[in-house]
Amino acid sequence: MILRLSIASLFARALTVGMTVLAIALSVALFLGVEKVRTGAKASFADTISGTDLIVGARSGSVQLLLYSVFRIGNATNNVTWESYQDIASRSDVGWIVPISLGDSHRQFRVMGTTTAFFEHYKYRQGRSLAVSDGAIMDDLFDTVIGADVAATLGYSVGDPIVVAHGLASFSEHKDQPFRVSGILEKTGTPVDRTVIVSLEAIAAIHVDWQSGAQVPGQSTPADVIRQMELTPTAITAALVGVESPLQTFALQRAINEYDEEPLLAILPGVALQELWGIVGIAETALLAVSAMVVVTALIGMMATIFSSLNERRREMAIFRAMGARPLTILSMLVLEAMVMAAVGALLGMIILYVGLFIAQPILDSAFGLWLPIDAPSLREVWVILAVICAGAIVSMVPAFRAYRMSVADGMMVKT
Amino acid sequence: MPKRVLDISNVAYRWPGRAGFSLTVPRLSVAEGESVLLLGESGSGKSTLLSLICGTILPDSGKVCIAATDTSLLSGGARDKFRAEQIGVIFQQFNLLPFGSVLDNILLPLRFAPARRKRAGNAAAEAAALCAALGLPEDTVATKAIALSVGQQQRVAVARALIGHPPLIIADEPTSALDANSQAAFLDLLFSQTTTHQTSLLMVSHDPRLGERFDRVIRMEDIAQIKRAAA
Repeated sequence: MILRLSIASLFARALTVGMTVLAIALSVALFLGVEKVRTGAKASFADTISGTDLIVGARSGSVQLLLYSVFRIGNATNNVTWESYQDIASRSDVGWIVPISLGDSHRQFRVMGTTTAFFEHYKYRQGRSLAVSDGAIMDDLFDTVIGADVAATLGYSVGDPIVVAHGLASFSEHKDQPFRVSGILEKTGTPVDRTVIVSLEAIAAIHVDWQSGAQVPGQSTPADVIRQMELTPTAITAALVGVESPLQTFALQRAINEYDEEPLLAILPGVALQELWGIVGIAETALLAVSAMVVVTALIGMMATIFSSLNERRREMAIFRAMGARPLTILSMLVLEAMVMAAVGALLGMIILYVGLFIAQPILDSAFGLWLPIDAPSLREVWVILAVICAGAIVSMVPAFRAYRMSVADGMMVKT
Repeated sequence: MPKRVLDISNVAYRWPGRAGFSLTVPRLSVAEGESVLLLGESGSGKSTLLSLICGTILPDSGKVCIAATDTSLLSGGARDKFRAEQIGVIFQQFNLLPFGSVLDNILLPLRFAPARRKRAGNAAAEAAALCAALGLPEDTVATKAIALSVGQQQRVAVARALIGHPPLIIADEPTSALDANSQAAFLDLLFSQTTTHQTSLLMVSHDPRLGERFDRVIRMEDIAQIKRAAA
C-alpha cells in the first residue's frame, strides 16, 4: 500500500518527476551507449585482421610493425629482402604467405603492392573475406583494385586512370606508368578501405627507371618494354603468414626472429593488437569516465528535485505521521521513491539505447565500419542498472534525512 | 466512575528554542463515550496540547495516559504505533492524501495499526459501510481524494478516523472550512457515529456555538496556563 501510495504521489507530480526520470534515462542511455561503442570499437579494431597467424617485417617494434603493415600508419624502418622472403616462403611449416610492399601513394591514400593471394587470405571481422563490389581483381600489370573509401573520396569508378606518386606526400609521380582501376572493394571498416592495391610486379615496374628515390633524368622505358622485363622485386615491406598447423606458430615465430641472414621480426597480430589497444585504451577510459559523470549529474538533479518537493509535501508527511507513520517510515518512503525513479529511468535508458542501436547500427556500419551487435543486456549492463538504482537510493538519503528531521519537528501539525 | 480514555496530569511542556515559553496542564480527562469540546483562541496552546495527547511531542514532566497507558513511557516508534491503534485524527482541512483514492485514505491508519486492522474485519467493506453511513455516494471509494469537495473530504476524514473503532477521536477544528449548514450536518454525522460505537471525542474549536451539542465544554484558559518569559 505504501509503495502504491508512493507511486501515486509520483504520478501526482508527473511533470517534475518525468523530467527527472528522463534525465536519468538519457544519462544511462549515454553511459551504456558509450560502453557499447567502446566494446564495439574494440571488437572492430581486433577484427581488423583475422586468419593471419604471423606478420613478418624488418626488426623494429611489434606495435610499429602492426601499424605500418596493417593500419598503414608510419613507415617501415627497413625492408625485407626478397631472398629472406623466399627463404621463409619455402619453409614446410608455412601454409601461405602474402608479400606486402608499401611506400608509394596516390593522393592521400597509400599504395600497396601485393599478390592476388592477398584477396584470398586477408580476412577481417571473424573470417570475412574481401569482396569486389564493382569490377574485378587486377588482371593486368597496370591494373589496380581500390578500397571503398578511396573510390568514394576521389569519385573513381572502374576503368578510371590512376597515377601513383613516389613516396608519400610527394610531387614526383610515376607519370610514365599510369594505372587503371579494375575493381572497387566493398566497405570493410578496415584500413583496406583506404588502400590502393596493385600487384607486386607493378611496384617493381614503376621503379624501373628510378634510382635512389629519383627518376633517372631522360630515361623512360616504354610500358611494353617493361612488360617484357622480369619484374622481381628486390625487397618487400612485410609479409602476412599463415601456418600449416596452429601448433607451429610459435616455432615459426622463433625461427624468423632468430633468422641469421637478416634481422627480422615476426609478430602475432592478436597480441600486437592488444598492445596497441592498451595505448588507445586511455581515451576510452576517459570517455567512460565522462559519461559516468553525466549519470552522477542526473542523480544529483534528482536529489535537487526531491529537496524542492519537500516543502510542498510537508502536509502529506504530517498526514502520514498523524496516521501513525514513524519518521523512519517517511525516510524510507522518500528513498523508495528515489529508487523507483532511478529504476524507471534506468530501464527507460535501456529502451532508448536499444531503439538507438536499431536505428544507428546500419548507419555506423556503413559510415565508419563500426559494427555494434544488438544482444540481450549483458551482465555488466545489469550491474550498471543496479548501480544506478543503488546510487539513487544513496543520493536520496540526503533529502530523506531532512524530511525525517522535518517530520520529527512538525509532528502532525504543520504551521502554514 | 466511568473508564477514562484520556487522562492528563501535571503536564508541563517547554517550547524548544523559545526560552521561557511553557505550557502546563494540571488536569484533563475524557471518559469513555464522552464528547468534549475544547474552546480556545489561536495561540492558546491548543495545537501543542493535541500534539502532546497524540504523542508526537513529549511533555517535560507529567503524564499523558491514553486507554490507561502512559505514552511517555513508550519508545518513539511504539508511540507512533500506539497513536495509530488508539486515536483517530481529523484535521482542520487538507486531511487527505490528494493523490490517493478515497479507499486508500480511509485504510491508511490500519497500515500502521495491526490490532485496529483486525478490529476492522473486512477493512474495505467497513470503509464502504462508513462511507454509506456518512452519506458519501457508494462509488466515491474509488475516486481520487482531490476530486472531492471540501465537505466530502471532511467526511472521508471522519471515516478514516472511525475505521477500526479507536477509543478516542481527536478533531482539530474540523468544521472551520465548512459553511454553517454543512457544519451542522457534519456534526450530526460525527455524533451519530461516535454514539453508536461509544467512542470518545475531543474536539478543539474557537466557536462556542457548537458547545450545546457536547457533553462537556471546557475552556483552554481554565485547564492550562501559558507562561511567557518576563520581558
